[in-house]
Amino acid sequence: MDPRLEIIDERLKEIKRVIAITGGKGGIGKSLVASTLALTLSKSNNYRVGLLDLDFSGPSTDLILGIEGIYPKEEKGIIPPEIYGIRFMSVIYYAQDNPTPLRGIDVSNAIIELLAITRWGRLDFLIVDMPPGIGDATLDTIRLMKKTQFLTLTTPSIVALGTVKKMLAMLKELNLPIIGIIENMRTAKSPSIEGQINGLDVPYLGAIDFDENLENSIGDKNRLLETAFAQRLREILLRAPQFKLNIVSGL
Amino acid sequence: MHEWALAEAVVSTALKAAEKERLQEITKIKIVMGELQQIDAEIFASALKEVILPQKETLKNAKIEIKAEKAVFKCRVCQHIWTFAEATNQLNEEESESIHFIPEISHCYLRCPQCKSSDFEVIKGRGVWVDSIEGEQ
Ligand SMILES: Nc1ncnc2c1ncn2[C@@H]1O[C@H](COP(=O)(O)OP(=O)(O)OP(=O)(O)O)[C@@H](O)[C@H]1O
Ligand SMILES: [Mg+2]
Ligand SMILES: [Zn+2]
Repeated sequence: MDPRLEIIDERLKEIKRVIAITGGKGGIGKSLVASTLALTLSKSNNYRVGLLDLDFSGPSTDLILGIEGIYPKEEKGIIPPEIYGIRFMSVIYYAQDNPTPLRGIDVSNAIIELLAITRWGRLDFLIVDMPPGIGDATLDTIRLMKKTQFLTLTTPSIVALGTVKKMLAMLKELNLPIIGIIENMRTAKSPSIEGQINGLDVPYLGAIDFDENLENSIGDKNRLLETAFAQRLREILLRAPQFKLNIVSGL
Repeated sequence: MHEWALAEAVVSTALKAAEKERLQEITKIKIVMGELQQIDAEIFASALKEVILPQKETLKNAKIEIKAEKAVFKCRVCQHIWTFAEATNQLNEEESESIHFIPEISHCYLRCPQCKSSDFEVIKGRGVWVDSIEGEQ
């Protein structure tokens, strides 16, 4: 018997909502959205927020938020360190800058271990940054974090949309809660995907334009929050009843 | 004290099993402790004792048997088999500590001694495992 599986529910007990940022394809902005969402939630309503990077082969939320030099504390398990008001957990604490060449079974084992030993404490939101697709991390999120809600991302590209549709079909078949779909990197020339997802019965939350200044703001959370990308994401969140975001000045 | 988290997990597992099998009392828990995770046996045993304490009803007479298992690796590329004992000299303290938390991190820091690949399998001795639970209905 694997003892770790029995303790995971207990570890997640005091977390009100777990939100996984998913999408079928790579490079569509999942990590940017996950990081910015965590920042925005923690700043706007004083929500208690955690951020879990489950992309073990390409962790990037630490790079996006400019997180460096922090390390979890050991106390009857692992306590994620808090930075910018976010409790942050990632494989980088252990792998450092080294590549993590893990096969599926190893990824799964590492996810189980991390979930079994991490003591998040009380959180309003745990945001989970996912690797692309419906591989190990997604399957384990579904299997182990039963209260996860899925926030799905796509770009206007047929290629991204085609894949995300498959992911949504899977989530729907399993009857899992889908918060909605956000269209990222829209350009003036992109046809809107809104019409194309009509038949899916998934809320279309809105579109974020391609933001040329975004890349320059990576690594600096203040500049990141000032980008058109972050402002637009916040507007979408304000409109989405699922986040109960208050309008607070100073953002 | 990451040992504590694992001790809690073992006790949860025992209690769940007792419930499922309708055991009034658990008399024995057999635990296998894989070498790769480098659990401090003393801390683990005392954490177990403390976690068990509030579970008087079911666990007060439970005997805990802990068996250590050597870690063995097998290279997926060249099929070479080697042991953790042979590999520990590749690790500094920080790396070893990281493997303690997440044994899969060994793929970052260990290599097949024969072909230098990181694509190996831990065929034995990865981490903590509940081998069996005995009890009375
Ligand atoms: N709206 C946008 N405008 C401009 N650039 C963007 C936008 N959204 C994301 N990007 C850029 O796209 C790149 C990929 O983003 P990100 O790493 O968040 O994608 P991802 O979906 O997490 O990728 P992966 O699947 O590899 O984890 C980054 O360089 C990011 O700056
Ligand atoms: Mg990413
Ligand atoms: Zn080899």
